[in-house]
Amino acid sequence: MSTSTATTTLPIAKAITAGLRDAMTADDKVLLMGEDIGPLGGVFRVTDGLHAEFGSQRVVDTPLAEAGIVGTAVGLAVRGYRPVVEIQFDGFVFPAFNQITTQVAKMHNRTSGRVNMPLVIRIPHGGGIGAVEHHSESPETYFAHTAGLRILAPATSHDAYWMTRQAIESEDPVIMLEPKRRYWVKGDVDMDHRPELSPWQAAVVRPGTDATVLAWGPSMPLVLESAEAAAAEGIDLEVIDARSLAPVDYPTIADSVRRTGRLLIVHEASVLGGLGGEIAARISEQCFYHLEAPVLRVGGYHLPYPPARMEHAFLPDLDRVLDGVDRLLEH
Amino acid sequence: MSIFRSTIPDVATEEPMVQLLGPDGTRTPHEQLDAVLEEADLATPERLRGYYRDMVMIRAADLEATSLQRQGQLGLWASALGQEAAQIGAGHASREQDYLVPTYREHGVAWARGIEPWRLLEMFRGVSHGGWDPNELRTHPYMIVLGSQAPHAVGYAMGLQRDGVVGTGDAETDTAVLALFGDGASSEGEVSESFTFAASFQAPVVFYTQNNQWAISVPTSVQSRVPLAQRSRGWGIPSVRVDGNDVLAVLGAVRSALDSARAGKGPVFVESLTYRMAAHTTSDDASRYRPAAEEQEWAERDPILRLRRHLEQLGEIDEAFVARCDEEAHDLAMQLHHHIHGMEDPDPVHMFDHPYAEPHPIVDAEREEYLAYVAQFEDEEEGGR
Repeated sequence: MSTSTATTTLPIAKAITAGLRDAMTADDKVLLMGEDIGPLGGVFRVTDGLHAEFGSQRVVDTPLAEAGIVGTAVGLAVRGYRPVVEIQFDGFVFPAFNQITTQVAKMHNRTSGRVNMPLVIRIPHGGGIGAVEHHSESPETYFAHTAGLRILAPATSHDAYWMTRQAIESEDPVIMLEPKRRYWVKGDVDMDHRPELSPWQAAVVRPGTDATVLAWGPSMPLVLESAEAAAAEGIDLEVIDARSLAPVDYPTIADSVRRTGRLLIVHEASVLGGLGGEIAARISEQCFYHLEAPVLRVGGYHLPYPPARMEHAFLPDLDRVLDGVDRLLEH
Repeated sequence: MSIFRSTIPDVATEEPMVQLLGPDGTRTPHEQLDAVLEEADLATPERLRGYYRDMVMIRAADLEATSLQRQGQLGLWASALGQEAAQIGAGHASREQDYLVPTYREHGVAWARGIEPWRLLEMFRGVSHGGWDPNELRTHPYMIVLGSQAPHAVGYAMGLQRDGVVGTGDAETDTAVLALFGDGASSEGEVSESFTFAASFQAPVVFYTQNNQWAISVPTSVQSRVPLAQRSRGWGIPSVRVDGNDVLAVLGAVRSALDSARAGKGPVFVESLTYRMAAHTTSDDASRYRPAAEEQEWAERDPILRLRRHLEQLGEIDEAFVARCDEEAHDLAMQLHHHIHGMEDPDPVHMFDHPYAEPHPIVDAEREEYLAYVAQFEDEEEGGR
């Protein structure tokens, strides 16, 4: 498959594959590590074909040990490599939590800037796939809270391709939260032209005037659908894709909220202690005199992620988002 | 025949310990290790005197650091007293191109790698989290979260394989990694995962554990039912137990292990049996959990005394040399004392310097907020309040 035609249509998963392939072609130091990512191509097939193309020295099937995977990636990064690590499912990142928070996040600071940690940790995240426990988590807050880490959450094929490239090029460690239930949603990708928008910036993906709805990753199609439904009722919503969760692009969000006066934040993670709370606090501080209503959040409950037959009630859906919009507009 | 064993004896206590120097300084010949030491000229009288001087120097620095902590100049000090041979031997066993991955009590290893003692003290004083350039000195930062550094060592070794600097046959090119950790850290899951990765990929890494008998207050018997050296064999990683208070045994075994790893023969594990003569740190009280008689017993196996006795038996040391070493050690301690007492606290704004390698708007904004907050007090001071 050629990856150099002007614009092509790809599912998100394949856009990431293309991003990995092009990054590996551009830089010999880029290598992939993870469980089942070799001949199998990963459980989601994101690394499909890369083992055959680049060999087992650069597409490394590792033992089943997440701390070992991330920990060895740290050593490779010190040696000058740019490892891209695949964590098989969001719920399996926790065995590597120590390495990510005490080592990956802190090595640059610990060495007073002498050692960079240009490694990428790819995590398929989020629910809605009818899975067993530990396969549907939204762990972004743990990592957003940890200084030293960056987090990207692509929601489109175009962002999936370019964020993969840009995460790998970053001199800082980047956690890529990939929207696993949207892996096979197709979209246009222009691989020839670097986006003008920085990966660390949010994007206003639907302009509107009555209220701002902020979301990211797997929630984006939901909030866009909700905006269409609201429009049918005469409510004009502005929709922002946060894109980067660490750092969050507050200027773009604040600019929107100053125009609309209202903000609804939608995410799959539990509302309690979720990233939406931090965004709400900062926007309340920055936009206090522009707000017509308190910042509201729609997200998961303060519960362990429920069994699959109940997850539809846990996850934000069209009705819960519209209910949130109604509550926002009541003020 | 290799000194590294791959099988586990039926009776755990039958694990032999390689020793070249007895506590009274008597030299026991050892076919394989003597050949290793001889080939690299590591056991000449000149070298032996050098190790003696190194151990005397690092002990003086260590004792001075404890004094500095008592004077309030350091927040904490983790003494390596008693482990000088285990560390000076391992440090000198490495070649310049090798990469060392220490825990936080490797002052002798750091000394052997050319890291000045005051740089170690930066961390314990609290002016930085690590005082040296890991790439320049080819030594990883001190690690406080025990065992976390072991997979870094394996990953670095995997990088060496990809760089083609393993098994070329050229002594200046071939490179290995020395991963250091203690008996307590050997229980950490990351050490086990590191064994797995190192074995699977045959990474050029030598795992080196200083079994100093105590993980703060918990004895090694609680960490492991079998001698630590036997642990790695289940992973297919050959290993040996050496007398860690015998600088020559350490030097020979670690050099031999590193040579094997550099040659592309995969990982090796060395257990170095020693003793932490001081408390765990300056915050610890060892009298609460271990008998004084045990400390006395180990004092008689002192690594510095042992090498001095050996040099005396060889007729290769005299009072003048001993006195000169003591004088140099005293000077080093005084320099350390003055250096630390004269060390100014950094401006706290420097805490914002290196959380990220690339610009970060939140950090930048918080730095400005901090500076503005501080500046208002400066204005007040100028205003004569």
